[in-house]
Amino acid sequence: MLSALLLQSGYNAALVAIGAALLGFAAGMVGTFVNLRRRALVSDAMAHATLPGIGLGFLAMVALGGEGRALPGLLAGAALTAALGLWAVQALTRTRLTEDAAIAAVLSTFYGAGIVILTVIQTLGAGKPAGLETVLLGSTAGMLEMDAITLAIGGALVLAVLAVLRRALVMTAFDPGHAAMMGIRTRAMDTALMLLTLAVVLLGLRVVGLILIVALLVIPAAAARLWSDRAGVVAMIAGGIGAAAGHIGAALSATVPDLPTGPVIVLLCFAAFALSLILSPKRGLLRRLGHAG
Amino acid sequence: MVEPIPLTAEPALAIRDLRVSYGANPVLDGVTASLARGAMTAIIGPNGAGKSTLLKAALGLIPSLGGTALAFGKPVGQALPPIAYVPQRAAVDWDFPARALDVVLMGMYRRTGLLGRIGKAETTAAMECLSRLGMADFATRQIGALSGGQQQRVFLARALAQGAELYLLDEPFAGVDAATEAAIVTLLKSLRDEGRSIVAVHHDLSTVSAYFDRVLLLNRRTIAEGPVATTFRQEAVARTYGNQIATAIPA
Repeated sequence: MLSALLLQSGYNAALVAIGAALLGFAAGMVGTFVNLRRRALVSDAMAHATLPGIGLGFLAMVALGGEGRALPGLLAGAALTAALGLWAVQALTRTRLTEDAAIAAVLSTFYGAGIVILTVIQTLGAGKPAGLETVLLGSTAGMLEMDAITLAIGGALVLAVLAVLRRALVMTAFDPGHAAMMGIRTRAMDTALMLLTLAVVLLGLRVVGLILIVALLVIPAAAARLWSDRAGVVAMIAGGIGAAAGHIGAALSATVPDLPTGPVIVLLCFAAFALSLILSPKRGLLRRLGHAG
Repeated sequence: MVEPIPLTAEPALAIRDLRVSYGANPVLDGVTASLARGAMTAIIGPNGAGKSTLLKAALGLIPSLGGTALAFGKPVGQALPPIAYVPQRAAVDWDFPARALDVVLMGMYRRTGLLGRIGKAETTAAMECLSRLGMADFATRQIGALSGGQQQRVFLARALAQGAELYLLDEPFAGVDAATEAAIVTLLKSLRDEGRSIVAVHHDLSTVSAYFDRVLLLNRRTIAEGPVATTFRQEAVARTYGNQIATAIPA
């Protein structure tokens, strides 16, 4: 375990640990803005809506004569149906449906469609669908150098965009009316935030999986909020918590056979949240108990 | 920096035939109003009269079905820099991770821009705005840890930082105590005395005469608009509020 943490248990395990840490950092940072703009559940619906796209991407590639496992093809399909899911949530919210009902309907429908497509694929016997289901809960076992490099480049891009837009995103989340009057295009900012979230979801498919990626977005940010009253600082702390959870989680699952990576990372995020809840200087339970006594 | 506004006879805000509806219900049914420059104007009307909607639609924050709004003679979209909007307190997430100073710095976004870093000069200017409102000691407080009146002052400091000439306030006195209300009125009057224009959605009919120079009586349409002394009369207010006659108003 210790050797895995220190990146000394083999080249592949080191790649996975670094990749997971990068993903955790990007997810924690983006998640801070998702929380501030109250888009946590929308991002969950978007993550679940990637599943039918992964199946369709596989089928499209098989139809074109491939094995159907090329990652770019799967990601393109995932992005397509995720965007469709996001659009569906927005379209349903414009009817009399409330947003939470629209999210629940889209999340379950898209996920159901995805499971049906994956089941059909298993019975078709075309292409090589083995391992396709790992996108559900993540599996770092088969991660290659290519995957780690994709994570590094993708994560760096996400963070670069975030660095440029951070003030505009914070102002849009805090007071959209004022932000618009200061010349910020708030709708463009909301779209940018959703694209950043989508990027994190796609990057996280192999590591955490689409069912639990929302936890990596939301929980580190919620934990970090307990430590600071400044949005920028909250984002940095959330990135740190996400990175630590990703790194330790990947190391654990590399050490213990058959331990699912995604759930382990999520539980580590929750542990960080629980600790923050107890220890936070201003809002912590310990401090409150101290006041009571 | 915000360009100085040439002194012409243009009103601070000229609204013509503004129409807004939520679903099938018209909220503003062709509102026309001219809000004077260098004055404190109260927008008065019953619940559902469209007071907040008028401010938001005039600023383009919500879509309107028709009509125009000119600020200082220019379409509001082009005249945004010198306009400050202070939302209702209930519309703000007070748990947001921001300190009083951070909120005031948001008023300088046009100066710092997308990539612009916040340096010493910006922080100093923001602190001056907070000082002007007696809030310098609270600069590093999280906004949720401030009282209602202090929160209102932080938003006014943000408007000052913006270099605003026209202040649109949505119920600035809702949920603040009497002492704070007096402090805010004093501040607004000093801003007006410097030539700035103040427009506030206001609920308390008993303080209209003491606080404001002009009134806009609104109930989906403009009922009356003019100086408090001649416009804020029982008959006009009664027409604004339907049957509920306010006996405190001079006849």
